Amino acid sequence: MNVGLFIPCYVNQFYPQAARATLELLRKMGVNVRYPTKQICCGQPMANSGFEHLAQDCNNTFIENFAAFDYIVGPSASCILHLKDHLHSDTQEAIATEIRGKVYELVEFLTDVLKIESLDAAFPHKVGLHHSCHGLRGLRLAQMSELNAPDFSKPQQLLAMVKGLEQVPLDRCDECCGFGGVFCVSEEAVSVKMGKDRVADHTRNGAEYITSSDLSCLMHLEGILHRKNSAVKVIHISEILNATL
Amino acid sequence: MSQPKTKDHAALAEAFIQDEERVDWHDGALWYIRAKRDIASKSIPEWEELREAASQIKSNVISNLHGYLLQFEANLKKNGITVHWADTPEEHNEIVYAILKAKEIDQMVKSKSMLTEECGLNEYLEARGIGVINSDLGEYIQQIDNEPPSHIVLPCIHKRKEEIGELFHEHLGTEKGLSDPTQLTRVARKHLRNVFMTRRAALTGVNFAVAETGEYVVCTNEGNADMGAHLSEVQIASMGLEKIIPQKKHLGIFLRLLARSATGQPITIYSSHYKKPREGQEMHLILVNAGRTRQLGRKDFQNSLKCIKCGACMNTCPVYRKSGGLSYHNTISGPIGAILAPNLDMKKHADLPFASTLCGSCSNVCPVKINIHDQLYKWRQEIVKEGHASSTKALGMKAMAWTLSSPEKLDKAGRAGRWFMHKVPFVVNNKLNPWYKQRDMPEGPKESFSEWYLKNEK
Ligand code: SF4
Repeated sequence: MNVGLFIPCYVNQFYPQAARATLELLRKMGVNVRYPTKQICCGQPMANSGFEHLAQDCNNTFIENFAAFDYIVGPSASCILHLKDHLHSDTQEAIATEIRGKVYELVEFLTDVLKIESLDAAFPHKVGLHHSCHGLRGLRLAQMSELNAPDFSKPQQLLAMVKGLEQVPLDRCDECCGFGGVFCVSEEAVSVKMGKDRVADHTRNGAEYITSSDLSCLMHLEGILHRKNSAVKVIHISEILNATL
Repeated sequence: MSQPKTKDHAALAEAFIQDEERVDWHDGALWYIRAKRDIASKSIPEWEELREAASQIKSNVISNLHGYLLQFEANLKKNGITVHWADTPEEHNEIVYAILKAKEIDQMVKSKSMLTEECGLNEYLEARGIGVINSDLGEYIQQIDNEPPSHIVLPCIHKRKEEIGELFHEHLGTEKGLSDPTQLTRVARKHLRNVFMTRRAALTGVNFAVAETGEYVVCTNEGNADMGAHLSEVQIASMGLEKIIPQKKHLGIFLRLLARSATGQPITIYSSHYKKPREGQEMHLILVNAGRTRQLGRKDFQNSLKCIKCGACMNTCPVYRKSGGLSYHNTISGPIGAILAPNLDMKKHADLPFASTLCGSCSNVCPVKINIHDQLYKWRQEIVKEGHASSTKALGMKAMAWTLSSPEKLDKAGRAGRWFMHKVPFVVNNKLNPWYKQRDMPEGPKESFSEWYLKNEK
């Protein structure tokens, strides 16, 4: 199984440790994983702003980089969802379609493709799980509180395998944090208010760390926590799953 | 009452958020209703099947609207109801005015109807010497405060009881400082009762219009529609073309969904069926287009016409809860309003599809399964294509696309002191970096992942 590691542009620049944890974790699972170094952005920032038509270069580069792999895995639910929904090509649509079917967010790759049942990981802390909306409602990583359907949660399933980790319950289990791509600046006031309320839910319930399968949400929440000099930290789920004592 | 647009959603929301205590309380009140809706929907095992059935019935209506409308019209006439067709809000208002004028009526009582708000009926009639009293309590409060409703089901949800007490003190002569909801409601009730007794004409909205029988159903919790209609000499109902359902047997599905989605109640207190005039009474029904057929013609957006106006998408929407309904500067606010409004005036409402994080919760609570967040995404593309994005934003996006178009450019941008985030994803409207106002930037690491990978893995 050849896996291409897709590291979204902002993760590459700001959260290299999460990218490394993703790489190491996949290797620990015996996966043959490679990182094509010429990759760029997935195109989502343009698309969500209404400029989907400007994302063609991003799409083509993505196709060039990743067409040859059996699976493409990345540590960002939001970018992965964008690719699954909107990766198209003027010239190579057949390949684009194939790629849309084989991109996976890290958590779903671990649970659905590798079907892992145990992990050699330890993280003795109280952790709050923030569902990114794109991961939750787009990729269906967990059941959504609005639907009348049986409960499940792929990230929770993985976190339960980590020794010493205590998950804190939240008052609103799947409320949006307000990041929303360009929303976080074009609607700054609402975005920050949503982020503050999200952080408050985690702190009120005793979380030492907030984790998520989406670094974009975490970047937003981290910015708010820092500004308040809070002791609560954010950490990408790959770093927890890859953590040892 | 359509609001003149002065500011866009972001600016209006920012103003609303200044009073953080109010926002917390507004957010909490709506979340409470969302939670009630969850409990109510989860108590019905077949909830998701009901949603699917409702959605399919409405799909059928959308594909066969013409036929159902004609069938409905024929049955209305058979039942002795006078039918009017209005293509525009103005035509609708003129029809109402003509009906009242013919009977020399100068006062009318109205139960909640977002359609007549959309048409600006109250102002139109008042300018012609006809007084209109909104009989739904929340709407009545909004009316005396000279403000449009902020929510389609809970029109004054953004007001605190103390503010309502103040309004009643000013307009209805209650004691200063009185804010007890029961006492205030009693005063309003007494006042409205007098209105019901003295008005000769009543106008109601329509929740469901049954093509098969030519009857229509009006749902209220206060019984105010019935009070008005029963005492009136002239009864008028205004409905948007999309309110049709094919058969009476379908009503059960919609009535079960509507109240649970709206407030978590098993059923609305009054679901009244109107079919034919009493002796000596006149009944009129006005079928209003006002842009609906245009939306029907927009393939990506046509199923927004399935909406049964339950308000669930507003209650669940975190943006709505934190920014208040009036920030949407449109009669129908919230997620559904943001996909209906650009159809009415794309330029004026170009900001609304962007007033969302696309979290998708709205689509999940919608009892008729409208793909609201997908439509918001599609409107964004449409609005940009039509040239309604600001020129700074368009330039910013081009710059971003350029930077992101090749690995070399991106790498350079990233390495230049990690100013990436200042310059790249957030290059939009970047006078003073809005990220930094209330949030810190991530600490830039010494090397990017790709730099590390090239050093260590190649
Ligand atoms: S769009 Fe759906 S959830 Fe929103 S008001 Fe209409 S029916 Fe209710």
